[in-house]
Amino acid sequence: MTAPLTRQRPPRTRAIMLMQHAAGMLVALLFLAPLAWTVLATFKTKAESGEPPLPPWPVHGVSVENYFSIGQFGSGLSHYVGNSLFVAISTAILTILVSVLAGYGFSRFRFPMKAMLFVLILATLMVPFQSILTPLFLILAALNLQNTLTGLVLIYVTLQLPFSVFMMRNAFDAVPNEIAEAARIDGVKGLRMLVFVLGPLVLPGVVSVGLIAFLNAWNEFLAALVFLTDQDKYTLPVLMTAVRSGRFGAIDWGALQAGVTVMMIPCIVLFVALQRYYIRGLTAGAVK
Amino acid sequence: MPAGRSRGLPANSPPAPGARVYRRKRRSWAGLIYVLPAVLLVLVFFVLPLCMTGWMSLHNWPLLGESRWIGLGNYIALWKDRGFWRALSFTAYYTVAATVGLLGVGMALALFVERPRPGVGFYRTAFFLPVVVGFASASLLWAWLANVDSGLFSPLMRMLGITESPYNLLATFTPAFWLVTGMVIWKMSGFYMVILMSGLQSVPTDFHEAARIDGATRTQRFLHITLPLIRKPIALALILSVTGSMLAFDQFYIILAGGPQNQTMTAVYWIFNQSFVSFRLGYGAALSVVLLAILLVLSVIQLRLLRDREDGR
Repeated sequence: MTAPLTRQRPPRTRAIMLMQHAAGMLVALLFLAPLAWTVLATFKTKAESGEPPLPPWPVHGVSVENYFSIGQFGSGLSHYVGNSLFVAISTAILTILVSVLAGYGFSRFRFPMKAMLFVLILATLMVPFQSILTPLFLILAALNLQNTLTGLVLIYVTLQLPFSVFMMRNAFDAVPNEIAEAARIDGVKGLRMLVFVLGPLVLPGVVSVGLIAFLNAWNEFLAALVFLTDQDKYTLPVLMTAVRSGRFGAIDWGALQAGVTVMMIPCIVLFVALQRYYIRGLTAGAVK
Repeated sequence: MPAGRSRGLPANSPPAPGARVYRRKRRSWAGLIYVLPAVLLVLVFFVLPLCMTGWMSLHNWPLLGESRWIGLGNYIALWKDRGFWRALSFTAYYTVAATVGLLGVGMALALFVERPRPGVGFYRTAFFLPVVVGFASASLLWAWLANVDSGLFSPLMRMLGITESPYNLLATFTPAFWLVTGMVIWKMSGFYMVILMSGLQSVPTDFHEAARIDGATRTQRFLHITLPLIRKPIALALILSVTGSMLAFDQFYIILAGGPQNQTMTAVYWIFNQSFVSFRLGYGAALSVVLLAILLVLSVIQLRLLRDREDGR
């Protein structure tokens, strides 16, 4: 590595590079293997699902029985997928609405108590929500939102706010003033300015905020476990955990892995499709 | 991260002359209306419950029926609550193990994918993919891999000759603990890779060139050039990992249900049980206040340590 002479490098670097790639591939395989193992296991027949997954792929024929048998738990698979989708999509939309408005307000206006309110929203990050679960439970009850998906959505949106408002404020800050100024001279202001002039310019930020809100709401477990007491209201993670704990009889590992696959697929697809926005959101949140 | 910096915090930068006119004209309550929904949500679902936690912790507060003021009664009770302290010390133990693993593996991965090389995009995606899968999914997945009847690990260990008979990894503390910790490292080290990678990429390459010409080895360069320059991302990674691990719940609940023999009961799990299984809401609130205080102290200590060293230089 300390070779200062360039002519000495090629053969040696090539060997090192090959070794590095071999090591890299091995580690990448370790990271991907559990995911692949699960997805492959779901396509085994019922009988084969009870056996140890060696080899990982189906040996006695491909089958989708496992996906049908998740349907037998509670109110059926589509019902719970519906619950999870409702929670995740509502959280994403509401988070976008609230944080775009707030980001616009904090970036483009002056008003009383502005700095204090901004700090208040960011301060939410300092206190983990796990420590305020009990009073949240009572507040939802007081609002008649206990055991509802709507109540859960409102909590998820609040959890997303510090990151999302911060992200959107910066996105609006990055828009040159000349653009807003030009539109204002043309008589555009207020909400129309936000939607038609600035909106398209902050779209990447909106995608990041919405994507991360969706994934967090889709995957969240503890709040859903605490606030949803009716089996009918369960989101997928709570349902599948009930399956694993044996609430629906002996654990059907094949069906459980099918459920896990249903939970993982949207995350993986969205991430691979929108990777850029996800990482941008992550690093923007981290730079704070 | 050259690109990241420009996205940083322009908050206090002086606005352009035009902007000042623009903003002065808008000085009004209009802005307040835009931020109102966000502020209301934070007040109702964050500030209010935070205040209530403190208030409830001073009461005997059952789920149904009257709550009764008992002053510091809950705090005195928790002082003697051996289950809570055992859960807290287990959580601390787990936090150390997980943090060392996450930062170590995260740094190794970050060093590997920091600079462009053929296939670097594939490597980054592969290492990061488990991060986007939820904790519940990952826990259920590993619970399957580890179960003794139809899982993967037990037959694999027999094939490799580590054990001779089927081995239940979840039955005793040590293997169960390392299984969960291993799952967390598998799932989360990609996240720390990204944070540390953005730090590594901001280290100017000339520094390394200069040191290399002076004959510094790779290890020397890493220890004396890279590490001091990426102290901030390391501090961030450290705080995120410590806070996240101290709040661990999902994986211990789903894979181990706190077992074997309640030995993997974490602090949040204990609070969850007190509040939502035994319905001692006031007591749960007192436990939350203590956990919150511990987390704040830990964060302050970490920030101090990393800042002091910076001043010392």
